[in-house]
Amino acid sequence: MQLTVKLFATLRHNRFKAKIKEFDQGITVEQAIKVLDIPEEEVSLIMVNGILVQKEYVLKDGDTLALFPPIGGG
Amino acid sequence: MSSIWGKILRINLSTGEIKSEKVPADLSNKFIGGRGLAGKMLMEEIPAGINALSEENKIFFATGPLTGTTAPTGNRYMVVTKSPLNNVIASSNAGGFWGAELKFAGYDMLIVEGKAPEPVYIAIKDDSVQIKPAAHLWGKTTSIATEILLQEFGDPKARVAVIGPAGEHLSPIASIINDFCRAAGRSGVGAVMGAKNLKAIVVRGTQNVQVADPVKFKEAVRAAIKKIRENGVTGQGLPAYGTAILVNIINEAGILPTKNFQTGVFAEAENISGETLAEKYLKRKDPCYRCPIACGRHCEIDGLEGAGPEYETIWAFGSACGISDLKAIIHANTACNDIGVDTISAGSTIAAAMELYQRGIITNAELEDGPALTWGNAEAIVEWVKRMGDKQGFGSLLAQGSARLTAAYGAPDLSMSVKKLELPAYDPRGLMGHGLQYATSNRGGCHVRGYLISPEILGLPEPLDRFSLEGKAQWVKTFQDLTAAIDSSGLCLFSSFALGAEDYAALLAAATGIPYTTETLLKCGERCYNVERLFNLQEGYTAADDTLPKRLLEDPMPEGPTKGHVHPLDKLLPQYYAVRGWENGVPTPAKLKALGL
Repeated sequence: MQLTVKLFATLRHNRFKAKIKEFDQGITVEQAIKVLDIPEEEVSLIMVNGILVQKEYVLKDGDTLALFPPIGGG
Repeated sequence: MSSIWGKILRINLSTGEIKSEKVPADLSNKFIGGRGLAGKMLMEEIPAGINALSEENKIFFATGPLTGTTAPTGNRYMVVTKSPLNNVIASSNAGGFWGAELKFAGYDMLIVEGKAPEPVYIAIKDDSVQIKPAAHLWGKTTSIATEILLQEFGDPKARVAVIGPAGEHLSPIASIINDFCRAAGRSGVGAVMGAKNLKAIVVRGTQNVQVADPVKFKEAVRAAIKKIRENGVTGQGLPAYGTAILVNIINEAGILPTKNFQTGVFAEAENISGETLAEKYLKRKDPCYRCPIACGRHCEIDGLEGAGPEYETIWAFGSACGISDLKAIIHANTACNDIGVDTISAGSTIAAAMELYQRGIITNAELEDGPALTWGNAEAIVEWVKRMGDKQGFGSLLAQGSARLTAAYGAPDLSMSVKKLELPAYDPRGLMGHGLQYATSNRGGCHVRGYLISPEILGLPEPLDRFSLEGKAQWVKTFQDLTAAIDSSGLCLFSSFALGAEDYAALLAAATGIPYTTETLLKCGERCYNVERLFNLQEGYTAADDTLPKRLLEDPMPEGPTKGHVHPLDKLLPQYYAVRGWENGVPTPAKLKALGL
C-alpha cells in the first residue's frame, strides 16, 4: 500500500521532508517507523491524517503519516 | 530572609511624588506576587468604570518571588492595568532582563499613577529614583529611544522598557518593549503608558536577591534545571527551533488559521516554518535572564540583524494574511517592535482588513497611496505596520485593532477576537478545550491563560482527543489556575512543559519561607483567576461575553483534517461554570468564601 510520509524538525536530518512510499498492507505505525529506519525514541508525536495516534495504530492505503520529535511553544 | 523584598515603588506622575511602601504581607501569602498580587491591588485601588486612558488608571510592573533568583526562567514581570482595548483586567507578561533588574534594584513592584504634564521617563538606580524630561524621545521608535536612554543613563548594564509611537498615540494594541525586543504585548498596555506621558522606565539594580532557605532552594533549582534539560520540548525542540517549530504541526492538524480564519490549512506553511527559519535566517539563540531553554531567536536578513520572530508572529503576518514570504514577516516583526504594537493584534487586524478588502468593503480609495490589501501581498504587511505608528490616516485606523476596524465598516463579525482581543494562532474548531479557554480567558482571546494545545496537540502531560468534550472543562480550569500561579511566581510559562505544580511549590517555598504545597499553589492561582473575573464583572462584562467569533461557532471548517467541525461552546460553557463554582459566569458567595475573598 502507499503512504505519504512526512518528517519534521530533527527527524529530517539525513532523511527527507516528504515522500510517497510503498509499505506492506496493514502494518502499524511502529512497524512503519522501523521500515523507515528511524530510532523509535526519536519520534515523540505521530499524526495520521492530522489526528494524533499511538504507535499501535494500523495504517491504511492512502494515509498521510506525519512524525515529529518533541515539540512545544506558544 | 525571603526572595520577596516586601517593597513597592510608587510614583505619582501628576504630583511628582515618589515613595517606597511595604507589600501587604497577608496579600503576598494569598496571591504569591506578580499577576496575582498586582491584580488584587489594582482591583482595590482603582474605581470601577474609569476611562483606562485617564489619570485615574494605574499601571503595575510586578515581579514574582522567583524573578531575579537563580531559578530557571526567573526573568518574568507582569504589566497589570485596566486595558484600553476592552476595559478588562490587562496582565501582559514579558521576559528578557528588565524584570530581574527591577528586582535587583530592591523592588518587587513599581506602580505608576497619575499623568505627567509633559513627556517624561523614570530612571531608577537602586534607591535613587528620578522623573526626567522625555520630550527629546517622544516620537522615537523603541530601538532608537532605548539606545539614547542607555547613553544618557551612562551605565551599559541598565535595562530599558519603552513605548513607541503607537503607545504615544494611544493605540489600544500598543505594546511595551523591554531590552529592545521583549514585549509586554497584549491588551494595549503601551497606550496606558502613553496616556500618562510616560515614554520609558530605565532601571539598574545592584542588590542580590536572597532566599529563605539557600540549601533547599539550591536543591530545588538543580532539580528544576535537570528536568528542563532532560525534557524533549524544553531540552531539544524549543532550543533548536524556537516556538516557530509549531507552524508545521498546527498546519498538519488543519488548525493553522489562514486568511482571517476562513480555513485552517495553509498550503505554503513549510515556507514559514521553524525548520525554514532555522535553515535560512537563524543567526543565534537569544535567551532571557537565567533561561536554560533559550527559545528566543536572533535572525539575519539582508545584512540586518534582529530578534524573533515567534510562532504567533509568523502566523499573524503569515498564514493569517496568506503570506509565505518569511523575510517580509521578519521585517514586519521588527517594525511592530519599533512602532510598539502587539504582533498578534497587528497581524490579525491586517488579516481582517484583507478580508474587508476581499469583500469589497474596503476599497483602494481608502488606502491612500499604500499597498493593496490583497491576500499574500508581502509589501502590504510591512508598510501597513509601519503606518500603524502614524497619528492619522488608514494606518492609525488599523492601529485601533480588528474589533474597532471591522465595526467602523459595519462588519464586526469579521474581527476574529474575544472581548476585542485578537485570537492567537490556533483555530478552535479543531480544539474543543482550547476554544473553551479562549472564550473564558479573563483578558479576552488569549492562548497563554491556559495552553490546552499541550494536551490536545502536543500530548503533554498526556494526550487528549482534541474533538472530545469529555473532561475538557476541568482541564481548562486546572490549566488556567496553574498558569495564574506560574505568572505570579515570576517564572516563564514555558518551564511548565517540564515542571509540574510540585516543582513550583518547592521553589517558591524555599525562596520565600511560605510553605507552599501543590494544593495551596493551585488555590492561589484560582484566587487570582476569580479576582480577575470580579474585576471584569465590575466593568459590566457578563456570561454573554464568554463567547467566540460567530464564524467559529457556525461555519464548519471547509477543508483538511478538521473539516466539518465548529466549536460547540454552548455545550462546554455550563460545564466550565460548574467546575469553577460560578453561576452563569459569576463566582458564587460560597466560592468566594472558600477562596478567602
